[in-house]
Amino acid sequence: MEWDYIQKVLPLYGKAAWLTLRTGTAGILLAALAGLLCAAALHWRIPVLRRITAAYVEISRNTPLLVQLFFIYYGLPKIGIKTDPEACGIIGLAFLGGGYMTEAFRSGVEAVDRIQEESALSLGLTRVQAFRHVILPQAAAISIPAFMANVIFLMKETSVFSAVSLMDLMFTAKDQIGLYYKTAESLFLLVAAYLLILLPLSLLGGLLERRLRHAGFGT
Amino acid sequence: MPDLGLEVLWKGKNFVRLLGGLWVALRISLIAAGISVVAGILLGIAASRKHSVSSVVLRIWLSIIHIMPQMVLLFLMYFGTTRAFGWNLSGEAAAVIVFSLWGTAEMADLVRGAVSSIPVIQRESAEALGLKPAQVYRWIILPQAVRRLIPLSINLITRMIKTTSLVTLIGVVEILKVAQQIIEANRKASPNAAFGVYLAIFVMYYLACRPLSLAAKKLEKHWR
Repeated sequence: MEWDYIQKVLPLYGKAAWLTLRTGTAGILLAALAGLLCAAALHWRIPVLRRITAAYVEISRNTPLLVQLFFIYYGLPKIGIKTDPEACGIIGLAFLGGGYMTEAFRSGVEAVDRIQEESALSLGLTRVQAFRHVILPQAAAISIPAFMANVIFLMKETSVFSAVSLMDLMFTAKDQIGLYYKTAESLFLLVAAYLLILLPLSLLGGLLERRLRHAGFGT
Repeated sequence: MPDLGLEVLWKGKNFVRLLGGLWVALRISLIAAGISVVAGILLGIAASRKHSVSSVVLRIWLSIIHIMPQMVLLFLMYFGTTRAFGWNLSGEAAAVIVFSLWGTAEMADLVRGAVSSIPVIQRESAEALGLKPAQVYRWIILPQAVRRLIPLSINLITRMIKTTSLVTLIGVVEILKVAQQIIEANRKASPNAAFGVYLAIFVMYYLACRPLSLAAKKLEKHWR
């Protein structure tokens, strides 16, 4: 291990980690939003939208992110839809994650007793209000373990972004190995950077899950 | 109607070449899945005993695998171990090793979960009837655990198939690499080949994974 070298390239890894964190967070937020909308569409059984949503969930869950990214980044420009690398990464992650998030929210929404919605509706709430104020708060608590698992999964999935020429952690490590043959140092920094990003997320997930188990005691 | 570059697929042996590339990726996942299922069942049964050495080993192993992206594990195997130990590892071999290590831990965790989800009274009743520990496993625990296990392990295999697409990034010539070669070779004749070819790969992966996840869902409902 050459610590001088590590010190010298540390800013490079910092920049790459920031890119991973930034694109990952944006993608995950969009995925959560898409998942929420899709879960609502499924819950309300909106005629055509429901079919489209179900098809979307199956497609996004049954194809690898790398293939989705290649299609978005290299395929779509041929029919006139161009994206820059960072947008492509975020859209790809949101496309993949939307399917997983839909499943997470859907299982939560399904777990809420039907009588909750019926009571809310009979009290005069609109369907949107009932979903927003009655179902969602209860469903969210049930969905959190699956939601956090998805967040960690999606953050890990960002490691394929180098395939669409984003200069993320994997790209930087591979580049440094190729340029200076500093394999040990590069891999050490790579693992350390991912630990720094993923360990807090994983700990947070465990904490939330324990909290919820506590809240669900006796039910 | 814009040119979708689909005609490239039918030119020469392109389609067969793509299928060949898909087979390279599928082969890696099938070998790794085979190893994972066998090793995972053994480790999982051993780890289902609380406070055993194997349960601690599994827990540590799992936490490493859960926290590191598979891409990082592939890099560690492909670049790291070859440098540290001086051996020569093809991308394909590195992938099989990494996916087996990953799959074994995941499979063992599924087995452990399935075995410990069976009420203690089942084991106790069997022991009270005079069955030996091995018999208890063979006749009481496993038949019940397998029903919970099969849908979950099918899902694991589906995940493995999707994850093998990563091997293109450590230089294995599989479907995405073949696609790049085809697109490059037809740059002049069909400039829009990228759309058609990547769409075809998208559909191929879907067709490979969808039946599996559908089967898992059906079985899960069936055995509930």
